[in-house]
Amino acid sequence: MASVQWHSRGRKYESEWQGCHLEGSAVEFSDYHPLKAITVTDSKSRRGGRKGSTSSTSSSSSSVALDPLSSMLDGTDPLSLFAAASETPTLPHSISAGELGRKRQEKEEEVGLDFEPWSSKRGEILSRFTTTEKLSINLFMGSDKSKASSPSSAVSEKVRTRLEELDDLEEGSQRELLNLSQQEYVNRIEELNQSLKEAWGSDQKVKALKIVIQCSKLLSDTSVIQFYPSKFVLITDILDTFGGLVYDRILTMCADPHPLPESFSADEVNDTAKETCLNWFFKIASIRELVPRLYVEAALLKCNRFLAKCGIQETLQRLTAMIRGIGDPLVAVYARAYLCRVGMEVAPHLKDSLNKNFFDLLASFRQIHGESVQNQLGLQRVEIPIYLTLYSPAIHWILQCVAYRAPEVLLTEMMDRCKKLGNNALLLNSVMWAFRAEFVATRATDFIGMIKDCDEAGFPKHLLFASLGRSLSCADPPESERLSILNEAWKVITKVRGPRDYINCAEIWVEFTCRHFTKREVNTVLADIIKHMTPDRAFEDAYPQLQSVINKILPYFHDFSVLFSMEKFLPFLDMFQKDSVRVEVCKSIMEVFIRHQQEATRDPVILNALLHICKTMHDSVNALTLDDEKRSLALLINGFIRMVSFGRDFEQQLSFCVEARATFCNLEPVIIHLIHTVNQLAMETRRVMKGNHSRKTAAFVRACAAYSFITIPSLTSIFSRLNLYLLSGQVALANQCLSQADAFLKAAVSILPEVPRTISIEGKQRSSEPFFLEFINNFLSTLLVVPDHPEQGVLYLVRGLLNMVQDYTWEDNSDAKVRVYISALPLLAAMSQESYLYTIPKVDSNETLYGGDPKFIAEINKLCETLIGQVLDHLKTLGRDEGVRRQCGLAFSLFGCLLAHGDLRNNKLNQLAVNLWNLSHKHGFCETRTSVRTLEYIKHQAQLADMSHLSDITTRLSLQSRA
Amino acid sequence: MSVSLDIRLKRANKVYHEGERLSGVLVISTRDALQHQGVSLSLEGLVNLQLSSKSVGVFEAFYNSVKPIQLVSSNMEVVKPGKVPAGRTEIPFEFPLQAKGSKVLYETYHGVFVNIQYTLRCDMRRPLLAKDLSKSCEFMLHCQPQKPKLPPSPVEFSITPETLQNVKERTSLPKFLIKGHLDATSCAITRPLTGELVVERSEVAIKSIELQLVRVETCGCAEGYARDATEIQNIQIAEGDVCHGLSIPIYMVFPRLFTCPTLETTNFKVEFEVNIVIVLHDDHLITENFPLKLVRV
Repeated sequence: MASVQWHSRGRKYESEWQGCHLEGSAVEFSDYHPLKAITVTDSKSRRGGRKGSTSSTSSSSSSVALDPLSSMLDGTDPLSLFAAASETPTLPHSISAGELGRKRQEKEEEVGLDFEPWSSKRGEILSRFTTTEKLSINLFMGSDKSKASSPSSAVSEKVRTRLEELDDLEEGSQRELLNLSQQEYVNRIEELNQSLKEAWGSDQKVKALKIVIQCSKLLSDTSVIQFYPSKFVLITDILDTFGGLVYDRILTMCADPHPLPESFSADEVNDTAKETCLNWFFKIASIRELVPRLYVEAALLKCNRFLAKCGIQETLQRLTAMIRGIGDPLVAVYARAYLCRVGMEVAPHLKDSLNKNFFDLLASFRQIHGESVQNQLGLQRVEIPIYLTLYSPAIHWILQCVAYRAPEVLLTEMMDRCKKLGNNALLLNSVMWAFRAEFVATRATDFIGMIKDCDEAGFPKHLLFASLGRSLSCADPPESERLSILNEAWKVITKVRGPRDYINCAEIWVEFTCRHFTKREVNTVLADIIKHMTPDRAFEDAYPQLQSVINKILPYFHDFSVLFSMEKFLPFLDMFQKDSVRVEVCKSIMEVFIRHQQEATRDPVILNALLHICKTMHDSVNALTLDDEKRSLALLINGFIRMVSFGRDFEQQLSFCVEARATFCNLEPVIIHLIHTVNQLAMETRRVMKGNHSRKTAAFVRACAAYSFITIPSLTSIFSRLNLYLLSGQVALANQCLSQADAFLKAAVSILPEVPRTISIEGKQRSSEPFFLEFINNFLSTLLVVPDHPEQGVLYLVRGLLNMVQDYTWEDNSDAKVRVYISALPLLAAMSQESYLYTIPKVDSNETLYGGDPKFIAEINKLCETLIGQVLDHLKTLGRDEGVRRQCGLAFSLFGCLLAHGDLRNNKLNQLAVNLWNLSHKHGFCETRTSVRTLEYIKHQAQLADMSHLSDITTRLSLQSRA
Repeated sequence: MSVSLDIRLKRANKVYHEGERLSGVLVISTRDALQHQGVSLSLEGLVNLQLSSKSVGVFEAFYNSVKPIQLVSSNMEVVKPGKVPAGRTEIPFEFPLQAKGSKVLYETYHGVFVNIQYTLRCDMRRPLLAKDLSKSCEFMLHCQPQKPKLPPSPVEFSITPETLQNVKERTSLPKFLIKGHLDATSCAITRPLTGELVVERSEVAIKSIELQLVRVETCGCAEGYARDATEIQNIQIAEGDVCHGLSIPIYMVFPRLFTCPTLETTNFKVEFEVNIVIVLHDDHLITENFPLKLVRV
């Protein structure tokens, strides 16, 4: 094809605008834009490219205070929900049937959700009672039967073998596992649990029972006494499993012919099931040793339902009495705890046996200080205070069961009984722990009195105060007593010697202090903690507690000026010297700040403190920091920056940004945010000055521009840089800083060749092309209003851009370059108009600079011709096989462009347009609907004045169907 | 060809009384049709007596005379010779439980020297070249409820070093006082043995307190007899140094099969005793014996 001559169509934007309005057509012309090709003819990729175009005055802020994702996940993300679920009994996580039993009872609303379930205590006990000493498991499991049969041959063989197997537990092969570490021990027990299930599954009921008996026998062994509570937890798990298996099996035996209702009575159970059940009980009744017999029978407590109505009640009472036979007080108290636990699960309405258990416990309480215990402790070298704490979980549990929905009178009676006993600190502790917090809170003063009376050598006092503090943090004591309670308690706490004990206790009381007192008291408490924790760097071992102190304070002090005016708060933060913890704490502070700070602030106290905190977070970033971590840190810091406002003192704000840039140089999102902030500052200045800058403000906005200009190059992300250059250029232009704007745009053009062909988005390599096109289109629309530099040639920015585009190494087989060329045509057409579609107030665009000089127009036309030439060349190369579809699309785009912006009265252009139409329809890849609509549009246009020439074009454009 | 023969009694617990009818079904499952020469059922109740090895030497002459005593025996043909069809065949049956002559049906009891056992046996005779099939099944016999002769009365006990017999050196004994009671020594066999025990004081720590159930079996007649006491079971009721002054429950379930109502006949006797065994930490063993009378009520 011969070279074409370009003639831009003359546009009268005003009248077109009017015309559109008169028409009231469906097409939205309100955002009409010279670079926007007529959308009906647009191909997909270009339409995509349009979206980014903005007017020159906007400055968008990139990040918001709390991103919707993190706010949605606030504390209840599915994972943590799941984790939480495993702790609550309402969800079927644990396989133990005891759990199932409890669930069922809950339905009957006998044990409500307010009853802290055993499953939540489990983990706590396991993690608290550990040992480094070597453990041993003693199993007397009978090996396979090979013993000579007894003298009499008349006994039924089956019965005899069973009995002998039971006997065998005492006489059979002894398996002793010595020198196990704690973890090995736990694994062993888990193995036993597994083999129990296996044995049961393969119908070896006797073996299963043997395993259970052997396991419960371990509970009468109190060597390595510190581990006993954990051992109890592990072994009762096995017992629960066993109880569940037996119960379920008997239940399925009853299922014939139809399953039993939930609340069946013994009469509905068939004989076979009853017989099986009786067999179990007879077997258990013949277990020789007391402790295993007790535990196994307790595990099967629920099965009494099959036999008699009041079986459970009778058995509970009997077992309660049976525990009296256990001499070792620790073993006895845990047996009681298990019985209470099973009792609560199976028959929570039977309070009597619970109470009886407690009273029996009181009656045998003196055993704890008995001689044999002392001997044992001496042997194992365990201190009395440590020994006493071993009782806590069990007594807590018993009391919790007793106190659950118990009338006030009963609680008072229990307390009086405890009071009467000597050395009752242990009980007192459990009372405070297990009784309703309100009950304890109203008697807080009494409790303090009692605690003071306790024996120094016995149960550690700080634990008593910790329990009291725990109750007081959930329930409020009478108002008049609060201060004296705090004083009394703190008097003791502050004297606690070990920093570990001290912080455990103090941490709990912080909650109470924050709840009822002002910053003065909290400050005092913090000071005291600092005083205790600083010597010997004791804080190093207490980070979790210190962190929890901060977390307790934060919810009560939403006003950060108050928080930071606490003298000791920042020194307190200084105790966090381990980086990871320190950052955690900073993050939690910042989160609270962002969530609760309503208004922007300029309070120097807050700013200094938070800047310090943010700097801490920022400084934790290193090469190994994960991206997610960086993002969340950046989010928090951005949140802080957004909350800083110096009002009309723009210079102060700018200098804050300068400082922030220096401080947060490693976090790119923060730097980007700062640039946006500064751009916004410039626009704000413009708004205040209503567009007329004074000398001073002009200097200021130039300073802002300078800030952006020197900051942008430090970013690594190429598209951030490009977009920010463009944006800052637009801002500079809006503020009449022509040379700065020029510099920005030039900088943008100059880094275009650096754009890589692929970029990584969310860890995946993607082609950068769409982003690149989007940016260029955006850039082109800005270029309309940028006046030419007096010292450079005509349209040097446009030329520069196009040169860059030409030299850029595009992907093979890509039409991107040509698309850029086609996009540039509307710009050039718009530039050749007498008055431009949009201008910037107080900035003279090329329209005024050149005033429609023919030389300028000719220059533009020449450029257009070159571009069209390039496009046509490209179309030719696409003539072959696969290129046809692309050729059609491109030809149609160019046609659209000519139609909208070219002067089609010119014959050559006219002919070119027709050729392009035909080319695009040649292979039938054109969307017929688009073609039809385009034709309609042309016909419509042809009716307008000055457009009659279009009518003969329509005659030459024919629709070609694909066939 | 696989055949199985099974006896299913109607009662799940297999417990019957004299005068009742023992009923159930015979289940024959076979894959193919089966030729046989008759299926019969037999019921037998036996008392087996045996002498302990230590008695054998003394009563050797006597030994030979100890032969099983038959209490009940009956036989019947259930199916005439013929064919059993393939699949599962159920044949109901019924036996009256009547003692032979003037004999009484004693309660089922599995002991060491005395065994009382009732079995039901099924035989299927088959033609040459095929093994006869048989299956036997034990069932329990409980005797009729007896009227307790005496109303149950608690038996108090108090154990101190002074009350002990068979002590070699009374002076070396530590001081202790253990009191308690059994609710009754004439016990219903279906109910547990109950009572209470209180360690009032003890110089030496207690290691364990146990209940030992003992059977006393006597075989013989006027010419001579053998009497042997053996342990049935041992149940620990206290472990370790129990709290002084606090009552500890005594509780023991009588095991089935191994206990029966106290029995006294011309040829043999079965009696029961319980021992309260207290083991002290210095390994002193203190035993207090109580003869029991077991009855079925």
